[in-house]
Amino acid sequence: MTGASTTQPRAGGAYAPAAPDPVPLRKLYRSAEGRMLGGVARGLAGHLGVPVSWVRLVFLALLMAQGMGALLYAVFWFVVPLGVGGVEARRPDEEVAPDGRRHLFARKPDRGQVFAFIALIVGAAIFLDRLHLGRANVYVWPLVLIGAGVALVWRQADNARRAHWVEVSRRKRVLPLARGAAGVLLVGAGVTGIVVLQGSAEHLGTVLQASLAVLVGIALLAGPSVVRMTQDLSAERTMRIRAQERAEVAAHVHDSVLHTLTLIQRNAEDSREVARLARAQERELRAWLYNPEGHGKDESDEPETLAEAVRANAAEVEDHHGVPLEVVVVGDCPLDERLRAQMQAAREAMVNAAKYGGEGGAVQVYAEVEGRTVFVSVRDRGPGFDPDAVPDDRMGVRESIIGRMQRNGGTARLRSVPDGGTEVELEMERAEETS
Amino acid sequence: MTNGTTTEPVDRRVRVVLVDDHRMFRTGVQAEIGVTDRTGVEVVGEAADVDQAVTVITASRPEVVLLDVHLPGGGGAEVLRRCAGMLASTEAPIRFLALSVSDAAEDVIGVIRGGARGYVTKTITGSDLIDAIFRVRDGDAVFSPRLAGFVLDAFSSTAAPPVDEDLDRLTQREREVLRLIARGYAYKEIAKQLFISVKTVESHVSAVLRKLQLSNRHELTRWATARRLV
Repeated sequence: MTGASTTQPRAGGAYAPAAPDPVPLRKLYRSAEGRMLGGVARGLAGHLGVPVSWVRLVFLALLMAQGMGALLYAVFWFVVPLGVGGVEARRPDEEVAPDGRRHLFARKPDRGQVFAFIALIVGAAIFLDRLHLGRANVYVWPLVLIGAGVALVWRQADNARRAHWVEVSRRKRVLPLARGAAGVLLVGAGVTGIVVLQGSAEHLGTVLQASLAVLVGIALLAGPSVVRMTQDLSAERTMRIRAQERAEVAAHVHDSVLHTLTLIQRNAEDSREVARLARAQERELRAWLYNPEGHGKDESDEPETLAEAVRANAAEVEDHHGVPLEVVVVGDCPLDERLRAQMQAAREAMVNAAKYGGEGGAVQVYAEVEGRTVFVSVRDRGPGFDPDAVPDDRMGVRESIIGRMQRNGGTARLRSVPDGGTEVELEMERAEETS
Repeated sequence: MTNGTTTEPVDRRVRVVLVDDHRMFRTGVQAEIGVTDRTGVEVVGEAADVDQAVTVITASRPEVVLLDVHLPGGGGAEVLRRCAGMLASTEAPIRFLALSVSDAAEDVIGVIRGGARGYVTKTITGSDLIDAIFRVRDGDAVFSPRLAGFVLDAFSSTAAPPVDEDLDRLTQREREVLRLIARGYAYKEIAKQLFISVKTVESHVSAVLRKLQLSNRHELTRWATARRLV
């Protein structure tokens, strides 16, 4: 299947053996998790297998030695790609939000990160203050400005790369743009400062004009291809998503439909079984296609609401007895004790209808929630029967349906309907609070 | 439901066009209802997609169109939109009966709002279908139990009453009729149950349909939006 490679994240998670990887692939990445600045220290620590604090201390010590640490850090930041290195196996529930999407963006800058930034700024200020480079001293501030601008833009690139992992995230585009612009502005200011300091201020206008012209020229030359590339990228991304979707549908069809068809071929002479299989498959496929929330839900899940319970009961009865049940539910409400009892009575009624009235066609199941009253009717088009003629030892209707409803404060009525068949009507008040 | 139509000699005729993109299905329906002498149904045309449907309907001017909801070229709602003129024509109106395998709410509500006079699912029996065709031809609405359920749901589940409440609400009687349809009763059985005539049942159902198409638009839209159907 073409989609095999595109469903990588999920498939990878499913197939990767969980236990035997005490020696993971040691590749140097900067860490996106639990980092303070660029994640260099964290990544190195993971790579070397030492505590993060050691690495950070070494960097600090080097920083004291003529700013070597800062330079080293910057080089690492620049060169090493962002990854997930250095973090001890995190609890998976932390990484993945309940809706299944990665949680990277929702992350707020933690206190450590803020603290690190402040410390860095203070340290840099002290460092710069003590720096005596004579004539070159005046260039320091423009250089700092340039550095800050570059850092801003590079952090941006980090985020862009992270966004790649998080798939297509619907974010506001304003923030990244603003950051980019701020970075460019800072760099521009820095460069201008240097030019001014060099004493060629009178040429500033000309220089600016010239550089602007160059920039426009580059934009004109490279712009179209950049735009084209972006479009290609997003088109490719859409295609990938579509392929993934298709793969999922194909997988589902393969799992359930083809499987059922095979079973049907094998049981071709048993028409009852064939009908049962086909109906079960139809129901499942319908649920899968038309209610996305029912998607991938476990069949064994205990139903939470009335509508679910009615449908689940009907589905089971349909499977067992091979008689189609048409279910119509109006309104919905959560199940309580009384309604559970009503559901059991309804199930009994469905079983009876399927057993004795199934020859007359589909059994109709109707449930309605109106205010606090829950009404369920089950009708078949079978021969019908006389409730008074049922022998005393047959407890099905009397105990399971009528008795159960009365014990729980509801009512059950059994009657024959105009053109043959039987209808069971169950009425129950909901226990407490109204909707 | 009523087996009468298949056995007693028929003196009534109805011209029908079949619109469905599956040839097998058209053949099946044709075999089931198309024996004109026995059923009174005369299939005068078939179409497999929207364009073809509009052409065939315009050319043959049937009384009833059996319309599938999912069609190549825009679906049943598109056919209804393009045939709106013929739908409204007074001397020879064309009535649409949606016949679909889907009983998803958005499909049902979509074609009813588009002007279809009824909606039945493909699990319907041949005799019931013939019955439904004649009823639609005579200007009545035909609801399947499921559709009745959707309508009841739509009218009851909205908490905040709209401004033109009196206009929009179903009357007690209409509600009762719909409820019985949802419980799987045939029109004749409903009439017996409520001690009214079949004609009255039919007029109640038509009234529901009218409310569905005209006055209840925003409520239904809100309902559909709340369920992310539109």
